[in-house]
Amino acid sequence: MHLDKDLVAASATTLVLGILHDADSYGYAILKRVTELSGGEIAWTDGMLYPLLHRLERLGHVQSYWQTSEQGRRRKHYSLTPEGAAVLQERRTQWQTVDRALNRLWTAPGIA
Amino acid sequence: MSGLERSVAQWRAYVSRRRMFHAVDVDELEDHLRGRIDDLVTSGLDEDEAFLIAVRRMGAIDELSREFAREHSERLWKQLVLPADEPVRARALTSALACGVGAGLALKVLIEAAPDLAPRLATGVVLPFLALYFAVTRTVSARALTAAALGLVVLAVPLAWYPEGDSTGVLMVLHAPVVVWFGICLVYQGSRMDAVRFTGELAVYYFMLAVGGGGLTVLTAASFDLIGRDAEPFITSWLLPCCAAGAVVVAAWLVEAKQSVVENFLPVLARVFTPLVCLMLAAVLVAFSSSPDVIAIDRDLLVLMAAILLLVLGAYLYALSAREPLAPVGLFDRLQLALLTLAIAVDVVVLVAMVVRIAEFGSSPNKVAALGLNLIIVTNLVRSLWLSTGFVRGTRPFADVERWQTAYLPVYLAWAAFVCIGFPPMFDFA
Repeated sequence: MHLDKDLVAASATTLVLGILHDADSYGYAILKRVTELSGGEIAWTDGMLYPLLHRLERLGHVQSYWQTSEQGRRRKHYSLTPEGAAVLQERRTQWQTVDRALNRLWTAPGIA
Repeated sequence: MSGLERSVAQWRAYVSRRRMFHAVDVDELEDHLRGRIDDLVTSGLDEDEAFLIAVRRMGAIDELSREFAREHSERLWKQLVLPADEPVRARALTSALACGVGAGLALKVLIEAAPDLAPRLATGVVLPFLALYFAVTRTVSARALTAAALGLVVLAVPLAWYPEGDSTGVLMVLHAPVVVWFGICLVYQGSRMDAVRFTGELAVYYFMLAVGGGGLTVLTAASFDLIGRDAEPFITSWLLPCCAAGAVVVAAWLVEAKQSVVENFLPVLARVFTPLVCLMLAAVLVAFSSSPDVIAIDRDLLVLMAAILLLVLGAYLYALSAREPLAPVGLFDRLQLALLTLAIAVDVVVLVAMVVRIAEFGSSPNKVAALGLNLIIVTNLVRSLWLSTGFVRGTRPFADVERWQTAYLPVYLAWAAFVCIGFPPMFDFA
């Protein structure tokens, strides 16, 4: 399934913040987690994740630090900040509202 | 180094060339790329396939660069400005404008004070402001400055003192800028190839400024005309000389400040025009052979041909300076061989015609100057063809081609200086 571009853009921030809420992570792992969560239905162009991460960092929603990976590579890790957590909470409420509304719509008589 | 390591290193070099990515961004992207490759290899692909897929999934680097640009708008200047840090760049623009105004006023003063000498001395008066601009914005060795100044004085004395001769006067006007320009290249302080690049890029920027400024001036003059005011006296006596002189310095500033623009743009121009120039030379050659008596008669045609050959040489030289030395031989290199061959053919036709003219009507300053220039050009072209053929065949490194061109540059300087200083007394100031 191909997800509409605007929808990907709208959900990406929430997905990234949500994944970082569970644990600190790095770019490639975040991307794999997104694929996993969506059963492979949400696929981003890999590189595009990084401008997003950098924006979140600039906005103060996440922080980054460098570590050396098991393979000995320099790796940039991201962690959620308290502000980021607050934003995530807000987003979560918003999405749930949308989700509830849509759910009512789908279950309403006349559709499907 | 394994194949994969080499591939990744190449990819990294390719990405690093975009100035929008900092080294840490490239590190991050490389870690991602390697993570993806590792997973793909684990799932059974071989390294080459894994690398290709990982690169593909990363997305088009151009698009990614744009996305980074949007996010890191503070880095956008890097697209536009190459060297140095913040205050230096701000100073460069101010200095360029100040020197530009100085150059314009100096030319205006020269025209008012000595209208007869103005054509000969114009470059000698304007270009020192360019040297001044370099001296202000970068470190220029005192030796280079002194040498350039000394050269200027040595040249200026005959330019100012020699009486006005019909032919030799015009020749001086044509050749003096070349000599003065070499002084500028001395102050520019790059390698000789850098100076060639700089010259070509400045010429393009100057041309664009001239075309744009010219169009704007025509429109302004037309609007003043409509309200019954004649703007022409102001335009010809103030606007034109001041802007023509000032634009030199502004163009030099643009070359440096908008480096990557011109870097991307000029090689494209070179590629577009090389085949077109080939066609033009072929057409000229055919036209000559179908009416051989024309070239024996028309002197203007010979001068025109010398100008065309000079242009061809300039374009060739620029294309060389802009070439990535390690890039493999391509179609464009072969096209340049064709260009050189055609140029030599045309030049030989012109040379023969010239020798015939001189044998028939005796020598004149113009003929000797044209003959000398053509001999210099044909020597360069023949040797270039020889070396470039070796390079295309793979028997010679590109550096040989480059070295020959840079080694030959002083010949032009010597000839131009000789025409300026030696010719007038040789021909009794004819």
